[in-house]
Amino acid sequence: MSVRRLAKEQPASFAFSADTKAKADWWIAKYPEVRRQSAVIPILWLVQKQEGWVSEPAIRAIAELLSMPVIRVLEVATFYTMFQLEPVGKVAFVQLCGTTPCMLRGANDLKQVLRDRIGEPHHCSADGKFSWEEVECLGACSNAPMAAINDYYYEDLTPETLATILDDFAAGKKPKPGSYVGRGASEPHDAIKTLTDPKLYDGSAAKKIKIPNLPEKPKKAPKAKTEA
Amino acid sequence: MPIAKVNGAEVEFEPGMTVLQVAELAGEEIPRFCYHERLSIAGNCRMCLVEVKPGPPKPQASCALPAAEGQEIFTKTPMVKKAREGVMEFLLINHPLDCPICDQGGECDLQDQAMGYGRDDSRYEENKRAVEEKYMGPLIKTIMTRCIQCTRCVRFVTEVAGSPEIGLISRGEDVEITTYLNSAVTSELSANVIDLCPVGALTSKPYAFEARPWELKKTESIDVMDALGSSIRVDSRGTAVLRVLPRTNDDVNEEWISDKTRYACDGLLRQRLDRPYVRTNGKLAPATWAEAFAAVAAKLQATAPERVGVIAGDLQDAESMKATLDLFRALGVKNTDSRQDGVALGQGPRESWLFNSTLAGIEDADVVLIVGANPRMEAPVLNQRLRKRWIAGKVRVGVIGEQGDLTYTYDYLGAGTKTLAGLAKSKSDFVTALKNAERPAIIVGQGALTGGHGAATLKALAGVAKTFKVVRDGWNGWNVLHTAAARVGGLDMGFIPDEGGLSTGEMLKPGALDVLFLLGADECETSATDAFKIYLGTHGDAGAHKADVILPGAAYTEKDGLYVNTEGRVQMGRRAVFPKGEAREDWSILRALSERLGQKLPYDSLDQLRAKLFADHPTFGQIDYAPGSVATSFDLSGLGSDGDAGDVALKTTLPNFHLTNPIARASVTMAECAALVSNAAKIAAE
Repeated sequence: MSVRRLAKEQPASFAFSADTKAKADWWIAKYPEVRRQSAVIPILWLVQKQEGWVSEPAIRAIAELLSMPVIRVLEVATFYTMFQLEPVGKVAFVQLCGTTPCMLRGANDLKQVLRDRIGEPHHCSADGKFSWEEVECLGACSNAPMAAINDYYYEDLTPETLATILDDFAAGKKPKPGSYVGRGASEPHDAIKTLTDPKLYDGSAAKKIKIPNLPEKPKKAPKAKTEA
Repeated sequence: MPIAKVNGAEVEFEPGMTVLQVAELAGEEIPRFCYHERLSIAGNCRMCLVEVKPGPPKPQASCALPAAEGQEIFTKTPMVKKAREGVMEFLLINHPLDCPICDQGGECDLQDQAMGYGRDDSRYEENKRAVEEKYMGPLIKTIMTRCIQCTRCVRFVTEVAGSPEIGLISRGEDVEITTYLNSAVTSELSANVIDLCPVGALTSKPYAFEARPWELKKTESIDVMDALGSSIRVDSRGTAVLRVLPRTNDDVNEEWISDKTRYACDGLLRQRLDRPYVRTNGKLAPATWAEAFAAVAAKLQATAPERVGVIAGDLQDAESMKATLDLFRALGVKNTDSRQDGVALGQGPRESWLFNSTLAGIEDADVVLIVGANPRMEAPVLNQRLRKRWIAGKVRVGVIGEQGDLTYTYDYLGAGTKTLAGLAKSKSDFVTALKNAERPAIIVGQGALTGGHGAATLKALAGVAKTFKVVRDGWNGWNVLHTAAARVGGLDMGFIPDEGGLSTGEMLKPGALDVLFLLGADECETSATDAFKIYLGTHGDAGAHKADVILPGAAYTEKDGLYVNTEGRVQMGRRAVFPKGEAREDWSILRALSERLGQKLPYDSLDQLRAKLFADHPTFGQIDYAPGSVATSFDLSGLGSDGDAGDVALKTTLPNFHLTNPIARASVTMAECAALVSNAAKIAAE
């Protein structure tokens, strides 16, 4: 993680869209009037949905909407890494998992693909359509390596499939999310090799068993010594 | 009361105290960085770890742990020592080793506690993290790499100052203290974060690289920038006052002071009058004391007493005013006034011009009506108390006058005298609350009592105070908020026109006087009068520019003097440095002048002068005492005079917080702050 700063180039203004405003009001109504600022995280999220990222004028607009100090909104926006403080690709924003399981399964190769096709992380491609960043574990380790593109998970990727997905996005298509080795969710992708013992399913496993190698219970707990 | 054991010794404590406070009761020192008595508890520095039984077998943060009956607290066990060393080692991992060039050096909590509780050396060999510099305005210098993220500054501006502008952004190793997009902090109390900062991250910009704390002479004194008389410590080296710091005084300023109190001190070195001047051929020319006295004496002796007037300024100590009054009364002069702004006070009982609930006592009020004042500009430290009262809850504040940001919410009742006149009959929520209040208070600003309507407004205010029983058994909520440090002292000694004498406004009319003696009076418009002007003061400000003879006097840091604050508390200021050049202490100038005029004042030393002052006006003898609510029998009905106040807007008399007196106007720092405020106002207007 690096120091998070607001983008150097900022739009001149920000306005809530009618849809965002309606949703924001719904969130604000959940809290007592004097606790309006409790809605800051959902509203930052809504703004990010609307614009793709959180801009400085948007932070001011949120502070005004929630009648809270603008520095408090900035604190929240810079604290959570899921709030994008730089513009992201308009067509596809790739968040590639680089944590251990994905890395062991080839995330570094995927990174190279993204680097070649889009450029350095945290920067939009020249046409503004694509951007990417490496993120920490997204919780889909059994389908490693994976990436979240816009709002969906693309799993079991190879450099080739990732390239195809990016091509599809560039062509204006919407590639199907999910596994790219043709399995459903995280089920085994060929024959079932584990948990095949029928005893597992006949209720016998629920019996009380003696756990081996437990430490013996001490007869009497020794008194803790402290200096008075 | 519950009892806990600290290192084996039993201590009785009040319920609700924390383990840290209980340990302090027992006389144990607990190191800390983030914990501060007057701020909320954050518990993030972990320096205050102690061992507590019963509890988990690990060190606990004592600042955030409530003490309990029968608890055993250990502050000297090996576990505690090891924990402190560990915390200190972590704090120092990213802290630069730049103490030799750090302004906090010598008065740094981290330095002291690293010596007291840290390991001898560091085991950290990796690169240290660096943090970008930040801008926080002309007063606060930042070296953010030194920050240990205690968040005291964030909590101070949010809770105490009420202008939440500093925040902690990002997280983990990357957290940074900053204002929004490096804007300047706008609070009038902002520089207190410099004192609060336990390391050298926030230091004083005007004082940067000026001196080391051990080089300075520390003089405990009293502030004159507003009428609160905050307790200050004046740090000086040689002839220069280098900085002003707050002293803890729970009755007055707790431990805060305003930015003006702290930073107007560079004005003490600029625009100073360091020798007498006499106007010859229309130009002020340097003169000797003898020549200046000769010019004054010739003029005064050739003029009839009824054509002579005396006006005392806002920063004067009681002794100089007493000497002036004694001298000119002896000469038969009746035209004496210490009220440059023509405030309609001074007649009637002493309580009528005091802040009777006392500054600390305002925290007991349950309904507060502010009339014609902006406490945030006129007395920021008092405003902070009102905010504290507001945070504590169950208080209602109403404002008649300007609608400004006071850092707390209030009911805005109206702009001026018309609202005041209709207040008793009003059926608004606030008036109902005022009616039902147990301890109602009215804060009367100078804006309500000055101008042509002053006396009539005072009468109306007294009427309101009577209607709502602001003065009742055990409670006196009649609070006059002065803006001049000298005002209450002047009124207490009767520095008002003698019978048949002229007031400030009348004296300054064209042709009213032949000779005008200005004792440090710079806030009154003297251009209309063509009288011969004698100015005794410190700075080349408004008074000196128009003067015919200038007698150089001593500023508040250059003389021992008594000041009476707005609550009637007599406090003693002490000399930190000597007067500049040929300047002398004001009372001794007047003593010398009196001899020249053949009306020798009956005192040869300051002590004799004080003895005379105490004998004539016993209230001055009660040092550090504020009468408060004891005198609840005082009668409000005699105040003010009949008349139609009309429909006048009651505005604060101090629209520009930073430039209210000659010292502040001579200060470069204050000029920078004022420019910042006016720029911000300009941008806001666009």
